[in-house]
Amino acid sequence: MKQKDPDLLLLHAPLLHQGMTTPSAMRDVLYALMPVTVAALWFFGLGALLVLGACIAGAVLTEWFFSISEKRGESLLDASAILTGLLLGLTLPPGLPIWMAFLGGVVAIGLGKVIWGGLGHNLFNPALLGRAFLLATFPIPMTTWTSLRGSESFFHVSASNLALPFMQTKVDIVSSASPLGLMKFEQEVTPLTNLMFGNTLGSLGETSGVLLLLGGIYLWIRRDLDWRIPVSILLTVVMFSGGLTLVDAVRFPSPLFSIFSGGLLLGAIYMATDPVTSPLTPRGTWIFGIGVGVLVVLIRVFGGLPEGVMYAILLMNAATPLIDRYTQPRIFGR
Amino acid sequence: MNTLRLLRRNFDHGVHPAHHKKQTEDLAIQRVPFVSDYVMPLGQHIGVPSQPVVEVGERVNRGQLIAKPGGFVSTALHSPVTGTISEIGDVRGADGVFAPAIQIAADPYATQQLESSAGVDWQSLSLEDFIGAVQMAGIVGMGGAAFPSHVKFSVPDGVKIRHLLINGSECEPYLTNDHRLMVERPEDLLLGAEIVRQKLGAEETIIGVEMNKPDAIEILRRHIQPDQPVRIVPLKVKYPQGAEKMIIKAVFDKEVPAGQLPRDVEVNVNNVGTIVAIADYFLRGLPSIERIVTVSGPGADYPANLIVPLGTPVREVLRFCGGLKDETREVILGGPMMGRPTASLDVPVLKGTSGILAFTEVETARPKEYPCIRCARCLEACPYFLNPSRFARLSRARMYDEMEQYSVMDCVECGCCTFACPSNIPIVQLIRTGKDALRASKENPE
Repeated sequence: MKQKDPDLLLLHAPLLHQGMTTPSAMRDVLYALMPVTVAALWFFGLGALLVLGACIAGAVLTEWFFSISEKRGESLLDASAILTGLLLGLTLPPGLPIWMAFLGGVVAIGLGKVIWGGLGHNLFNPALLGRAFLLATFPIPMTTWTSLRGSESFFHVSASNLALPFMQTKVDIVSSASPLGLMKFEQEVTPLTNLMFGNTLGSLGETSGVLLLLGGIYLWIRRDLDWRIPVSILLTVVMFSGGLTLVDAVRFPSPLFSIFSGGLLLGAIYMATDPVTSPLTPRGTWIFGIGVGVLVVLIRVFGGLPEGVMYAILLMNAATPLIDRYTQPRIFGR
Repeated sequence: MNTLRLLRRNFDHGVHPAHHKKQTEDLAIQRVPFVSDYVMPLGQHIGVPSQPVVEVGERVNRGQLIAKPGGFVSTALHSPVTGTISEIGDVRGADGVFAPAIQIAADPYATQQLESSAGVDWQSLSLEDFIGAVQMAGIVGMGGAAFPSHVKFSVPDGVKIRHLLINGSECEPYLTNDHRLMVERPEDLLLGAEIVRQKLGAEETIIGVEMNKPDAIEILRRHIQPDQPVRIVPLKVKYPQGAEKMIIKAVFDKEVPAGQLPRDVEVNVNNVGTIVAIADYFLRGLPSIERIVTVSGPGADYPANLIVPLGTPVREVLRFCGGLKDETREVILGGPMMGRPTASLDVPVLKGTSGILAFTEVETARPKEYPCIRCARCLEACPYFLNPSRFARLSRARMYDEMEQYSVMDCVECGCCTFACPSNIPIVQLIRTGKDALRASKENPE
């Protein structure tokens, strides 16, 4: 035996840990979004890359700026800013001027996260807050849907992407309504296979339902995702819109159309499940999911906008503290 | 049907740490040789410290009473060796706090024979005398809590104990001392169980064993006497299966109400080591002067299961095992989930010391802490269905009264929340801070 004892530490038990960390959970979500991102690039070309890149740049630079000025330390390393930027980018139209996308990233992190006190303290989903800002500020570019790349070269970038800040956008793009717009204003139903595999107009990340689902399954296997939230949202939408279809099958969309169109899958799997802005308790997550589902259908069917996922989630985000408060689990033996 | 019943045998939540039991689970128990000096703290159990009945310079025999119970929730102490009382005074414990202890210098030429090796005729004892005998034998819960066993056996009038539940789950990683006792001394375990069952008037004995100890389950089943009402119940491998209220939930599907005791659901729970200690006393007159200790962990060169006389310095036990590896950075007394670190290797092995675990930089590296992202993993881990993330937040804000409102006192500090937290927040440590502050403010209200 050695003469000298080692300098003993006094760290308190437990000394064991399951090994998964917050940054690795964030990275898992980034991995889960990779297929959707690649599909967005495939369908929309280099323009998509510019929009996504601008969002991420805006988000990361803002996070970096505040982490220095607020002495928060290395908050970039937790990968949450990159994720917020990517999620925001995936909700934007492919033809959006990239300066707007950049501004969206700045607002998402600045107003959506930093002013609340940083990661873990924000009430609203930062990416959706950034998108809400963009939709309110730039309503026309935010609802102009560029057509798919088709046979056009990958490197072709639409002029609208490159518009200078605060200049009138030259409308040179062939645009038409998204499947939800067609449904709402013209009662025209887009074929389901197009919706599922991404052959439709829409935001960058919402075109391919199948890839979104695949990413969700990956997150569920990795235990990074509370399955109750997407399941309760989707079930609510199916039942609610199914009921409406029974009333009037022409005016109201079918349940499958409701699920695969617009941003519902993106929102239900990747936005509503943001742990920071969703309830902690199991019962609370069910209430949250049902609330989102009901609001989505209400806004889509009766509201002035064709899409309602963003507002549905933001509204339920606001209700989260209250839901948590009233759904505290029963304590063992009480 | 059988599988269905097995699946139901569960408590909710909990975590699944790696077992780390392979290193020691097949190693037979060895006896540690006697050393020169022993330290017996007077407060090595929960409750009032014992009172010395010997004086400095007095010669004592191995097994002789050296301190009597200081009250009802207190127990007797016996000399672990034949020797001379060298000092009675304050000694620094593993927590760094000085506390009174009796020090004994072992007689180098003594045979170390027990003072009396006659058993006790337990069958003729009344329940009251049985409880008194357990107290005077110094027997406490050997699972780690060191709660005096006779207090558990003293049930108020009108309360009936129907089931004697023996806790062989040993859910703490690394520890294998209970496992080895079940494998090596099944007859004594079953005899001790029969003594306690008859004295308490319980209808049956149930031995709950986690399924990662199939050899123990097998051997115990083989040794059951046909006329003995004993059932061996295999339990799911899950932490904290060995927590009293969790094992009751798993075996009987009953929740012990908050603030109440197992006896309120007609159950008495005892650890395997405690039952063997009871058998040792009533069958061969051996009071609580030694216990089984598992030495293990990545910093231990030669892991082992050992019979250690109480009061043996940890340093001497480790010396017997070849010492510590150079990389050792921390020594934990008990298990890695709930044990306590020690600042010095000169502290003695106590009645509640189930393990001596050495850890290296790998386990003690302080991982970077991230903000709580409300992922709810701690809520899913907490076997008491508490909200640990909120306790951590309140504790950091020093809002201890609010913690109490949210039932922080129901927390048993099992550590599942800290184990599960992806942001590396020391949740259970913060909870302990809050509970300590609450207890202190109760004792000294301003």
